[in-house]
Parts: sequence; C-alpha cells; structure tokens
Amino acid sequence: MKTESKLEKILSQGHFVVSGEIGPPKHANPEGIKKHTALLKDYVDAMNLTDNQTAIVRLSSIAAGVHVLQAGGEPIIQMTVRDRNRIALQSDLLGAYSLGMRNVLCLSGDHQSFGNHPTAKNVHDVDSIQLIKIVKDLRDEKKFACGEELKGNEPRFFIGAAANPFADPFEFRVLRLEKKINAGADFIQTQCIFDMERFERFMALVRERGLHKRAHIIAGVMPLKSAKAAKYMQQSVAGMIVPDEIVNRMEKAADPRAEGVAICVEQIKHLKTIEGVAGVHIMAVMWEEIIPTIVKEAGLYPRPKVE
Amino acid sequence: MIIAEGKPLAEVAGLIQGARKVLVVGCGGCVTVCLAGGEKETGILAAALRMLRQKEGNPLETVEVTLTRQCDPEYVEMLAKYVTDDVEAIVSLACGVGVQFLAERYNKWVVPALNTKFAGGTVEHGVWEERCGLCGECILYKTGGICPIIRCSKSILNGPCGGSQNGKCEVNPEIPCAWQLIYDRMQALGKLDLLMEIQPPKDWSKSRDGGPRKVVREDVRLA
Amino acid sequence: MQEFEPKIIAFCCFYCAYSAADLAGSLRLQYPANIRVIEMPCSGKTDVRVLLEAFEDGADGVYVLGCMEGDCHFLKGNFRAKRRVQQAKKILDEIGIGGERLEMYNLSAAMGPRFAEIAREFTERIRKLGPSPLNKNYASSRQGEDGRQAANSMKAGEQE
Repeated sequence: MKTESKLEKILSQGHFVVSGEIGPPKHANPEGIKKHTALLKDYVDAMNLTDNQTAIVRLSSIAAGVHVLQAGGEPIIQMTVRDRNRIALQSDLLGAYSLGMRNVLCLSGDHQSFGNHPTAKNVHDVDSIQLIKIVKDLRDEKKFACGEELKGNEPRFFIGAAANPFADPFEFRVLRLEKKINAGADFIQTQCIFDMERFERFMALVRERGLHKRAHIIAGVMPLKSAKAAKYMQQSVAGMIVPDEIVNRMEKAADPRAEGVAICVEQIKHLKTIEGVAGVHIMAVMWEEIIPTIVKEAGLYPRPKVE
Repeated sequence: MIIAEGKPLAEVAGLIQGARKVLVVGCGGCVTVCLAGGEKETGILAAALRMLRQKEGNPLETVEVTLTRQCDPEYVEMLAKYVTDDVEAIVSLACGVGVQFLAERYNKWVVPALNTKFAGGTVEHGVWEERCGLCGECILYKTGGICPIIRCSKSILNGPCGGSQNGKCEVNPEIPCAWQLIYDRMQALGKLDLLMEIQPPKDWSKSRDGGPRKVVREDVRLA
Repeated sequence: MQEFEPKIIAFCCFYCAYSAADLAGSLRLQYPANIRVIEMPCSGKTDVRVLLEAFEDGADGVYVLGCMEGDCHFLKGNFRAKRRVQQAKKILDEIGIGGERLEMYNLSAAMGPRFAEIAREFTERIRKLGPSPLNKNYASSRQGEDGRQAANSMKAGEQE
C-alpha cells in the first residue's frame, strides 16, 4: 500500500470499486455537499469533487472534499492545470493533504471558453502528465518540482488520472495512458462509456501492454435522464461518443429516466465482465439521488467496509 | 511576421477627436505584408478619417507618411520633419512595437490604429494564422515542427487532451488539434517513440513570464 | 421642391463597360448626364482609395462597371473589383456616408441598353438618397436659388 487512501485499500483487496461524483455548488453554502455525501456514502467507495468543471466557478474541490470527509465520505479531489501554476498546485497539495485528503485526480481541465469566464487568462503552467509526476515525486522522491527536498511530512496521495478512449487519435490514447502510468498514475477514471465496442477495443490494447496490471482502471458511466440529454452528449460535447442506438432507445422509451437507469445498469453489469476493469465511476450529473438505485440494481450493494 | 488587424474606424476617430491635424504613419514591414498598415491602408484610413470628420463639420487635416519600418530608430527619425508644432496627434499603423518607438521619440499623442495580434504566416492570400508562441526556448524539433505551445489551446507538452476529436480542438471546430497534427507527422517520420518521453514542465522564465526580454549581439556593438 | 442633380462617377473598364458606353452613344440611347465616366484599363485597377477619393471630392454616388463574371479580359480583375467595392461599402457605412451610394455592376461590350439602364437606375437611387452628407452645405446653398423648377434629369448637372 502506497498511501493511507481508503480507495487504494479497497482496490488492493480485490473488490470491484464504485465511485461517484459531486459537483460543488456555485455558491458558498456546503449543505448540498453534506446532503449528497450522506446519501451516497454507503453506496460508493469514494466520491470525486470536480474542480471548476466546464470552467464554471464553483466551490473549490479541496474545500468540498473537506466537507465530504467531515460528513463521513471518502473524497477524491480533482485538480486541473488550467487555473493554477506549479507553485499554487503544490501548495494546494500540501494543504489538501493536511486537511485529510488522500486521493487526487490530475486533469487538463476544460478550456475556459466553455465556462462563464471565457475572458480569463488560462494558466497551463504544467500539463496533466507533468502534474502526475509532481504529485508522485512529492510522495516517493520527497521532492518539490524544482528539485528541492521536503524535510519529512510529505503528502502521500493516491494518484489518479483520466483517460478518454473516445477522443482521437484512438491508437495514441492507449500510449498516452501508458505515459500517465509511467509518470506515476495509480488509478484511472475513464470518460463515460456509451460506445461499448470502442471501449472493448481500448481495453484489448490496454491489456496487450499490461497497463491494467500497473494501474487500476475504473470505467466511467453516466445514467441518461432524457433523449435530449443523450443527443446533447452526442452532438455538443467534445470527446464523447454516443451511438445512435442509445439515442433511439431513449427516444422510444415510455419512461426515459427508467430507461436511462436500465441502460446504465446493463453497462455496469457488462463492464464487470471485462478483464482489466477494476471498478465503475458513476457520473450522475444533477441526479446524484439515482446512484443508490443503480448500485443496488447492478448488484454492487452493500459496499465493503474498511476502517 | 507580426500579424495585426485594423481597429474599427469609430475607435480610431474617437482617439483623435480633439485634434485638428494629425500624422497618419504607415509601416513598410510586417503590417504591409498582412495588409493592415501599409501605404495603401494608410491612405484608406486617412481618407476615411477626413471624410468622417468632414461629415461631422469638424474638419481634420492629415499628413500621410509610410516609413520603411517603425521599429528602427533610423527610420523613425525620418518622420521628424513632419512632426511640426501644429501636429496634435500621430496615428500609427504599425504593430505595438512601432507605436511605442514613435511615442518614445516624439513628444506627441501617439495612438495605435491597429490591434497587434500574433506571430504568424500567410496560409493563403488574405488569411494569416498564428504559429509561434515566442516562448524563448524553441522545442519544435520535439514535435515534428508543430508548436504545441501556441497551436495547442492548452499549451500541453504531453498531448493530446481528452477533448481532441476528429482532429479538431474542443475550443473551436475550425482549429485543428495540434497534437493530432504532431501525432500524424511523427508517425509519418517514424519517430512516434519520441512522443512516449515525458516532457518536463517548461521553463516559462524564458518567455514573457520572466519579464520583458532583451537580446544583445556584443560582436556588432561599436561603441 | 428643388430637385437635386446627383453627381455620379462611373469607373468603366475599357474592354466591356466603356465599349458599352460607346455603343449606347452610337445607338443614340438616352441616359442621364449626371454620369461622369472614367475609363480604367480594367475594373480591377480600381483601388479603394480612388473610390473614397471620389466621395471626398464631392461625388454623391459612385459605381464600378466591369465585364461579366468569367469574361474579364484580365481574368479575375472584376472579382477583385467586386471585393474592393464590398470593402469600400463597409468603410462608407462606418463613416456614415452609406454604402448604398457605391455599387458594382457587370455587363458585356454589346450591352449598350444595359449601360443606359444602369445609369438611369443608379441616378434614381442616388436622387432618392439625396446629396452625399459631405455635400450638405452645397445642397442647402442650392435651395436658396431662384426657386425655379430643377433641371430635369436629362440636362447636365452644374459644375461646382
């Protein structure tokens, strides 16, 4: 075990993990976060706190993580390299660890043109792979990015990275995943899967290079609420592929929400059978209440207990 | 070259609204090539300003001069005989460098007629694109001659990010994903394995972030 | 009401437009005397500066006449002219004179009647628009004259 992370422990015990996601609010009141934590903590092993997702200003990931921890959940804080330089990133890593955070997901971040502050300067001092290496070096080499040594009390994070089998170039996606693992990623969360066939091809390449043995690969899923949501994902979100048959199922369904849940549960059950998939990451955007249902119907309840 | 684009006429007119006589100074360098501030554009701007002011009943006298370049003191000096006491403002159609050189040399109200945009080149007649980020430490040999600093919207050195789809950047479908281009080029060159090396964080102190920069060639300095 | 006589400059390419003008003359076709024709080797030789100069020097309307698209003697000159006219129209809008006072037309050397028709149509357009804003003083000074009915559109306009 490299860290004190509960997520790492559950993975190391061979369980098929379940993670969820909470989008912090666009204001300064943490009650919603606490409520969602109470709702989810028995159904997921850990929950991601997004970092100004889509470049929209939200309560910070680290602060949200502290609220989750206090409410009894296991937080995975996210860090994009869009908004902070290496000085601020390392400083926040030290601070987050001191507040009890143990899992961090390192991301590039959506371009600020997508968000509510498109005129902001973006930072991108380092990219996501360089950040992974920085977090790893803090933990294992006990060194800052400049090479200076930490005199003890280094932050020991369980390091996560994202992978997107649905972006291009396809062949390079697996090589880039390998680069992230080489840089120090311990676990991977993928973009949400609708094109199962492409994901299977991706996993075949992953297994070919033995990457599933070097890092825990957690597959992303998202329950669709409506046909409109499905179409939006298909047409307007860069890096996401939604096959027409999924859109059709949603359009023809008498109860779209039930259909969305059913599709999600089918996907999870299938993902459990793919070699190399260590768990599932359920992104129920603005629909966190549905996660307990999905976890139960997918046969993943109850969750293992660790202290 | 440096690519610039004309400011809206109303904006330039607003900057000189009190003046009765202005110099309108073009530049024979980059802005001539990108059709923003050469002799022709200078003539058009001066005529447009005169006509706009005439229409307002507040006539404007203009003197049009196009210098070989506005970024060299010897050429800037050639403007001196036109900078008479009755000149109340100088409208410069050079890039930001030229505007500053004129302002430094002449004790007059100097205003820019252009918005200086980027370092780029001509892709076809009438179309110019950004190519160089002026980062101070060129790494084009690592990426098959395609700059990741400026052609990637996120300046990623270990790309691509997850938003690259069908070879396009997530920011704008008209922008090609730089890392798709780099991947294709390196594959064609048989050097894909170079992309597996983890590029370390960039030294931005050599770029704008380190403060205003200077280059000196001691061997050519005479004094 | 005093009618104002528009001053219109027509930049005509030698190969088509000017020949059409000649033909209109030989056919004794009537067209407004408001048109001052300027012969160009090609419509594409017309610089934006010269279009603006025409307005600055007092023209109420300007048009460029070139060959039919695809038939330009210099191959693409009339396409260049078209683009430049578009650019100049934008500038005229920004100045506040109005891009409608400038136009581009295409015709062939055999189209004498069309030459006359364009002259008539454009003169009417400018007449309706009134004098160029740069000529306001000139126009209002004309109003004070002996109140005679304005010269009809067939008589030559007065030199300033």
